[in-house]
Amino acid sequence: MKIRSGAARAALFAALVSVASAASAVTEIQWWHSMTGALNTKVDQIAEKFNASQSEFKVVPVFKGQYDESMAAAIAAYRAGNPPQIVQVFEVGTATMMAAKGAVKPVYQLMKEQHEPFDPKAFLGAVYGYYADTHGNLISMPFNSSTQVLYINDDAFKKAGLDPTKPPATWPEMHAAMEKLKAAGVSCPFTTGWQSWVQLESFSAWHNVPFGTLENGFGGLATRLDFNGPVQTMHIQNLGDWAKAGLFVYKGRKDEPLASFNSGECAMITTSSGSYANIKANAKFNWRVATLPYYPSVKGAPQNTIIGGATLWVLNQKDPAVYKGIAKFFTFLSSPEVQEDWHESTGYVPITLAAYELAKKKGLYEQKPGFDIAIKELTNKPPTPNSKGVRFGNFVQIRNIIDEEFESVWSGQKTAKQALDEAVKRGNEQLERFQKTNQ
Amino acid sequence: MEKRVVFRSSWLPYALIAPQMAITLVFFFWPASQALWQSMLLQDAFAAKTQFVWFDNFKDLFADPRYLASFRVTAVFSTLVTVLGLTLSLLLAAFADRVVRFGAVYKTLLIWPYAVATAVAAILFVFLLNPTIGVVSLLLHAMGVDWNYLINPTHAMILVVIAAVWKQISYNFLFFLAGLQAIPKSLLEAAAIDGAGPARRFWTIVFPLLSPTTFFLVVVNIVYAFFDTFGIIDASTSGGPVQATTTLVFKVYQDGTQAMDLGSSAAQSVILMAIVVTLTVVQFRFIERKVQY
Repeated sequence: MKIRSGAARAALFAALVSVASAASAVTEIQWWHSMTGALNTKVDQIAEKFNASQSEFKVVPVFKGQYDESMAAAIAAYRAGNPPQIVQVFEVGTATMMAAKGAVKPVYQLMKEQHEPFDPKAFLGAVYGYYADTHGNLISMPFNSSTQVLYINDDAFKKAGLDPTKPPATWPEMHAAMEKLKAAGVSCPFTTGWQSWVQLESFSAWHNVPFGTLENGFGGLATRLDFNGPVQTMHIQNLGDWAKAGLFVYKGRKDEPLASFNSGECAMITTSSGSYANIKANAKFNWRVATLPYYPSVKGAPQNTIIGGATLWVLNQKDPAVYKGIAKFFTFLSSPEVQEDWHESTGYVPITLAAYELAKKKGLYEQKPGFDIAIKELTNKPPTPNSKGVRFGNFVQIRNIIDEEFESVWSGQKTAKQALDEAVKRGNEQLERFQKTNQ
Repeated sequence: MEKRVVFRSSWLPYALIAPQMAITLVFFFWPASQALWQSMLLQDAFAAKTQFVWFDNFKDLFADPRYLASFRVTAVFSTLVTVLGLTLSLLLAAFADRVVRFGAVYKTLLIWPYAVATAVAAILFVFLLNPTIGVVSLLLHAMGVDWNYLINPTHAMILVVIAAVWKQISYNFLFFLAGLQAIPKSLLEAAAIDGAGPARRFWTIVFPLLSPTTFFLVVVNIVYAFFDTFGIIDASTSGGPVQATTTLVFKVYQDGTQAMDLGSSAAQSVILMAIVVTLTVVQFRFIERKVQY
């Protein structure tokens, strides 16, 4: 008895709340995101600006935890029948979101239905391609995109007798620089953040070799991993050998290695271009951004790098009236002014060409040398099927598998060949499961 | 003779246990049955497509050598956490019980870690033991130990065990201290008069009289190590390096909330539930007999 009346009271309360919110004139748009610190402030600013520009809709940004947490929260809310309007999902979750056809409102469709101006060609090719379906239609709204760059510690370079104005451009040059740094007493010549993303996913694109079959998963659910080719094996074996020699020092799976660069312990790091602001705030030495190294022995390298970061997904709504507001907000969000400001203050790449032009015109790249290297890498050559991006289901698990197998190479337990073969085998089991689930 | 209270009324006993039953039903049986149902489903994250696959999720799990390996990791981890946690806290409780001056201060300090959130406890030890910035790591490096839990599986296990034990010591300490204080002083005094030294008094009087507390804590600690430690692992090692610290419950958490594979996650939690139920039954059947109440 007691429970039932309690439940009834809760239902009544919920009903009252929803009546109350429906009664207010402004339609709310919930925007769940994972931006922390300065980025969070920026997100709030963007929403405020949009809200001030019109009176019909109100965008409410809500921080929902890390990327995986806010994605899980949005999915749970969807399953409970009360999803947010917009959720920010990291690139790893793209395949999962795309497979959920009934749950997601594709952006191209939304913009068409709401008659908002929307030109796919306005976006950077590398950004657009990553989030478009096989017919070239954009499914989610690009927001924060970054790519991989090399950061070097100028002071450490000088100490080792190296010229920081000529950063190593190739992996053989990297190796030589590591040796010199080591000889000069640097305990950690080189480290890397996001090892799977930088040393395997983007590495494959940069050298124009496949990461998976069917255009790295863009071609459908029957895709399988294929990253145990000779080029990747050579690179991972080199890294393993360098780890043994103390030239490459492993500092963790995600963003943790950045602290070792900021502290001056590690002289070189390959990680996200989005780390620019963080390094600028924390590094007490001279440093610079350089282009990601490549192997000159590989034909066609360097190709172009791939992006990471997150996009905004629109979840299906019961009340279609809110779509108009979301479409208007997206138009506002992709305007050159908002994008240029976002790019300038965060270090993420501008997602539209117009924003890039605006940044150039403002002289941003003279003020911040190296700030445009990320865009130059992304647009180095027109993307090939190997360099559009990667799209795999259960990718959270696959990244974990790659991390685990990499760790067994860094610690010398396995050769690169053994580890990559095993990672492909284990990853493919995940892909088979994903395919079975979504057939 | 057994004590028995006989209710005359036919409904009163049921009414009295009803609230407890309701709570158990809502917070245990309902979610548990949902997990059972979910464990036989293959479902995408948004529950748009659902297939009933019988025991396929279980079959997949037992065909996976990595899943089987996480049984071993869990066994090592929970044994270490339980044995170390109980030994250390018994030692501390025995000392704290004898302290005459400032006893309350020591006790408060020892109970303090219990109020620390799991993730905070993990991060605390990450800061101390981080190979780059950790204070303790610097000491270890100076002593010639190549401490690096990012690559060395043993080091990673040591890290999570220390964090998990540290977090649980307060709880154990409280119960041991209460147990010690409940031991009649007259017994100890009589033994002392008969010439038994402190060690002998401890092993022949105190330890046996503490056995109900110890037994209770063994059960609680095993349950803690099995279920309650994924936060520590997630915040410190994320199950690595390779899979050195991937315990059963951490895998449930990872596959369920991070990877959104609810079918497999549910199947794993059903297996975990079966293990803990079995363990508890075994403990009550065989170990409890040796406990002197």
